[in-house]
Parts: sequence; structure tokens; C-alpha cells
Amino acid sequence: MNRQFGEAILDLKNVSLVFGGVKALTDISFDVREHEIRAIIGPNGAGKSSMLNVINGVYRPQQGEIILRGRHFARMNPYKAAKAGISRTFQNIALFKGMSVIDNIMTGRNLKIGTNLLLQAIWWGPARREELAHRAKVEEVIDFLEIQHIRKTPVGRLPYGLQKRVDLGRALAMEPSILLLDEPMAGMNVEEKQDMCRFILDVNDQFGTTIVLIEHDMGVVMDISDRVVVLDYGRKIGDGTPDEVRADPEVISAYLGASH
Amino acid sequence: MLYRENGQFKTSYAADQQIFPIAQDRWAILAIVAFAFVGVPLLVDEYLFRAILIPFLILALAALGVNILVGFCGQITLGAGAFMAVGAYAAYNFHIRIEDLPLLMSLLLGGLTSAVVGIFFGIPSLRVRGLYLAVATLAAQFFTDWVFLRVPWFTDNAASGSVSVSNLRIMGWQIDTPVSKYLFCLAFLTIFALLAKNMTRCAIGRQWMAIRDMDVAAEVIGIRPLFAKLSAFAVSSFFVGTAGALWGFIHLASWEPAAFSVDRSFQLLFMVIIGGLGSIMGSFFGAAFIVILPIALNQFLPALGGLFGVSISTAGVSHAELITFGALIIFFLIKEPHGIARLWSTGKEKLRLWPFPH
Ligand SMILES: Nc1ncnc2c1ncn2[C@@H]1O[C@H](COP(=O)(O)OP(=O)(O)O)[C@@H](O)[C@H]1O
Ligand SMILES: [Mg+2]
Repeated sequence: MNRQFGEAILDLKNVSLVFGGVKALTDISFDVREHEIRAIIGPNGAGKSSMLNVINGVYRPQQGEIILRGRHFARMNPYKAAKAGISRTFQNIALFKGMSVIDNIMTGRNLKIGTNLLLQAIWWGPARREELAHRAKVEEVIDFLEIQHIRKTPVGRLPYGLQKRVDLGRALAMEPSILLLDEPMAGMNVEEKQDMCRFILDVNDQFGTTIVLIEHDMGVVMDISDRVVVLDYGRKIGDGTPDEVRADPEVISAYLGASH
Repeated sequence: MLYRENGQFKTSYAADQQIFPIAQDRWAILAIVAFAFVGVPLLVDEYLFRAILIPFLILALAALGVNILVGFCGQITLGAGAFMAVGAYAAYNFHIRIEDLPLLMSLLLGGLTSAVVGIFFGIPSLRVRGLYLAVATLAAQFFTDWVFLRVPWFTDNAASGSVSVSNLRIMGWQIDTPVSKYLFCLAFLTIFALLAKNMTRCAIGRQWMAIRDMDVAAEVIGIRPLFAKLSAFAVSSFFVGTAGALWGFIHLASWEPAAFSVDRSFQLLFMVIIGGLGSIMGSFFGAAFIVILPIALNQFLPALGGLFGVSISTAGVSHAELITFGALIIFFLIKEPHGIARLWSTGKEKLRLWPFPH
């Protein structure tokens, strides 16, 4: 493979996160380079989801800092993260159940809405134009993810695999520069997994989006990621290219240990 | 003509984002609105205006407001009556204290005052939800009950808070007959319903629904809970407050704080639960249902009793009313949280396929 990466766009320094007595993350440092696909792997409960939650400010680490494009954040919050171009999907799908597919994806455009409540209430001029322009953008996402046939369906009625796709659509509608994906293929069949892999690679390829990916399926991880971080019990035990990580004795023992 | 959307191809997103994308619906609604403005005044007698139609229009407006907050934004309120009271008394104060202030301005300023008070009582929603928020909004109810009874300034020193307005006119048009009152309220409701529909199909409506459905995910895509929740409280209280002003000025003409008691708050909440949470149409269904049910029972139960040779007292009828409401609330909460509006749309979906169900 011949891929070009930029500088480190996201840099995590000595992050520690504790819940009561549980050490979810202990002194974790790693970086993410622009345009790469960076995977985070590890057994259940290793702290992978917590890591993503720290990156976009859902959880506040007790220690450590986040450096995003050279800016230091001691306290990130979800709004700042979204403003800075970070979007994400969730391990347990967190779609807006009462809304249609289109409306769910339209919410991803929220930060780009410029008109105020009063203009929207009278559906006048700029508000209407803006709504239609965003709708056109959202239709591009819908075409990209090949979900035209379900655009009007309430998301609650969709099968799991399609919900995951809509979740990705909502994140993509934000036109993020960094996309965090928490187990996007969990619970999918082989065909759905292949589709999802293709979407992830296409997003990375066509839009240059930097991707941080949590995934359990080792085959997938080794196939599509550029570099891998390995977590175990909240500690980092490995970091490198898929080949390096696969050969690391500590990683091997953690995985063998976890399967007992 | 069958109820179909076949052949109605949308060639633009604008066409697809209309309020009623299906042509038959569009015509039906236009016909209903036209009939309400032109036909009803010619056909209906005074009693019907006073007892059913005017209360229905004003309570539907209030229910719309409650639905924005409860149905669309997922917050709970037991203080809707309080915001009606704030709207009514604020409009009254603007009306008597500012000379020559147009009636329309007084009413809208009443609504705006209610919006401001609504934002204030909405602040707890940023920290608490569910039962705790219900209690906080209930505090608004007790607070306004107390203020309008005990602080004479708000009621122009009237004893026990009872105030009255008279000689209402708008641009030379005297609003004194039942028909004129009806048309005035109908105009309000039509415009406000349109505003509500627009907001709920726009960015602000999606913010409210996102907060309702999954607040963590909403924050992650850059929706600020503070703005989304407080704007829902503001818009909701504006609607409810304006309805309160209409209730006082147009429907009652003289009133006291008891007109906006906690009973009213519960009544409005029941309307949106029975009518359909998160549905504009549902607010109308709910208001119609709750206004008509007691009257229908009043006519129907004694007659039914007569058939079996039992006489049913007025007290008996009003008990029956409470029992029916209770049963319906439980039914809808358990079986159909989206209320009559959902039954209606399921029916329409069936109709769209009829007579070929597959
Ligand atoms: N919100 C939370 N409250 C308390 N403990 C949590 C919370 N989130 C995660 N944890 C704990 O942190 C640890 C790591 O969890 P998580 O990040 O979800 O792991 P993974 O995604 O790798 O399976 C677990 O022990 C989990 O119980
Ligand atoms: Mg996880």
C-alpha cells in the first residue's frame, strides 16, 4: 500500500479516566495522523469506548490532555468537539427513534444552520432556501450509503444493520474531518460487514476523512487500518502497524488470556 | 377518486418538503379551513359557539403549545395553566396600563411575557428531568396562583384577583358577538398552527426532537441542550400564554385566578396524551375530544339511564367523565402513546392501500 499521511491531527497525552473505583483508562498516549485509519482494539471492557468518549468530550478524564490540530484541550466537551470537526457513531446505536431517516441525517447538518427560529417559524426566504440546500446535501449522503429506499422510514422500524448505516449517515452529514466509529460492524452479517468496510474506505479515500475505528473483527481491522492501538484493562499494550501489532508477544498473550 | 399518491411524483425537494405532500390531504385541509371560516359562521347557533367551538379553538392553541414542549421536546410540564394565567394577566396589564394599545398587541405581549416566565421556569430542565421537572413546573403553578391572588398590583387592586375587560375591538371591528369571537380565535389558531408546523419541520424542530429522543447523541452532533430546551419552553409558553390571554379576554371577558388552576394544567396535558404526543394534528384531536366528551356524556348518559329506567344525576355524569378520562389516559399511555393522531395515520396508511391490502 502506498498511502500518504499528514501530521498528527489528534494527539492524546497521558489520559487517565476513573469511574468510582474502576480505572477505565490509565495513562494512555497515542496520536492520530491526518487521513489515516487508526484502529483501537482490545478485549471487552478494555476501555475502547471510553477512549472515544474522552476524545469527543462525553467523558472528562481526570488527567491528561487532548491536542487537536495544535490546540490544547484540558476539558473537551461534545459541542466543542463537534465544532472542531469531530463526529462519531455509537456502539449501541443512538439514533433519534421518533424521527425518519432523512430527519436523523438532517440533524447532522445542525451546526451549519444559519437562520434563526423566527425565520424558520415563517418558513421564509433564507430559512426555506437553507433547508432545501441541506436537504440536497443529505440526499448525497443517502446516495453514498445506498439507503434511498428507506429515506422516509422511521428509524425505529429499520433492521439493525440499516440503523448502523443511518448512524454513519448522520455522522457523515456533519462533513467531519475526524470520524470516530465505535464498533460499526458489530452484530452484522458478512455481507453487511463488507458493505460497511467499503463505506469506511470510501469515506477515507474520497473525502480524506481521518478515521478512528473500534472493531472486534480482527480480519477487518488488519485489512483496513493503517495503524492499531491495543488496549487491555485500560492500559495501552501495543501500538503500530497491523503487522507489528500481530507479532507483539504482549498483544498475543492478552488476546489468548482474554479468551479463557 | 381513491386516496393515492400514485402519479404524484416529486420533482424537487421543495415539493417533497411541503406540509402535506399528498395532494388529497392538501385539498382536504384547505376545504376544512375554508369551511371553518365561511361555512361554520352561517350554520352554527350561538350555544355551539359559546360552549364548544370557542373553547375548542383556544384550548387547541394551548394544547399546541404544550405539545411542543412535551411531545416534541420530551420535557414534562404540569404548569401549563400557570402560563395561561401569566398570558392572561400580563395582557390585562398591558391593556389597562398603556392607553390605546391595540388589542392584538396586548394579547401578543401577554404571550411574550409568558415566554419569558416560561424560560425562567424551564431552567431546572437543564439539570433534572422526569418527576423532578414535573415538580418544578408545578411550582410555577402554585407560584402564579399565589401571585395573582395576593399581589394587588397585577390585578389592578381587584378583590380576589377578579378582573374584566370590555369593548374589545380590532381595527374598528367590534369583537362582541359569538361569531366574531369565533372568527378571531380561529384566525389565531390557524396562524399559530402554521408557525408550529414550520418550526417542527425545520432545524429547530429537529433539535427539539433530537433532545427528546437521545440527548447524548444530540450533544455530540452539536446541539446545545441549553438552547434547545429553553427555546422549547419559550415557544411553548408563548403559545400557551397567548391562549390564556384569549381565554380571558375573548372567552370569559371577566375572570379570576381559578380559571387557570392546576386542573387546567392537567387537562392540557391529557389533551396532548390522548390526541397524540409530537403531532400538530394530535393537539386538535385532543382538544376536540376533551371539550366534546363532557357535553356528549351529559346528553348521552341520562338518555341511556332513561332506557333502563335509572335516573343519572349531574354528579353521576361528572364522575363518569372523570372515570372515562382516567381509563382513556391509561389506555393511550399503554397501548398507543401517539394517541388519536397515530390511529388516524394508521387508518390513512390502510386507506392508501385499500382495497388491495397487500
Ligand atoms: N459511564 C460509565 N460509568 C461507569 N463505568 C463505566 C462507564 N463507562 C465505562 N465504564 C467502565 O469502564 C470500563 C471500560 O469500558 P468501555 O470503555 O465501555 O470498554 P470497551 O468499549 O473496551 O468494551 C469498564 O469496566 C466499564 O464498566
Ligand atoms: Mg465498547
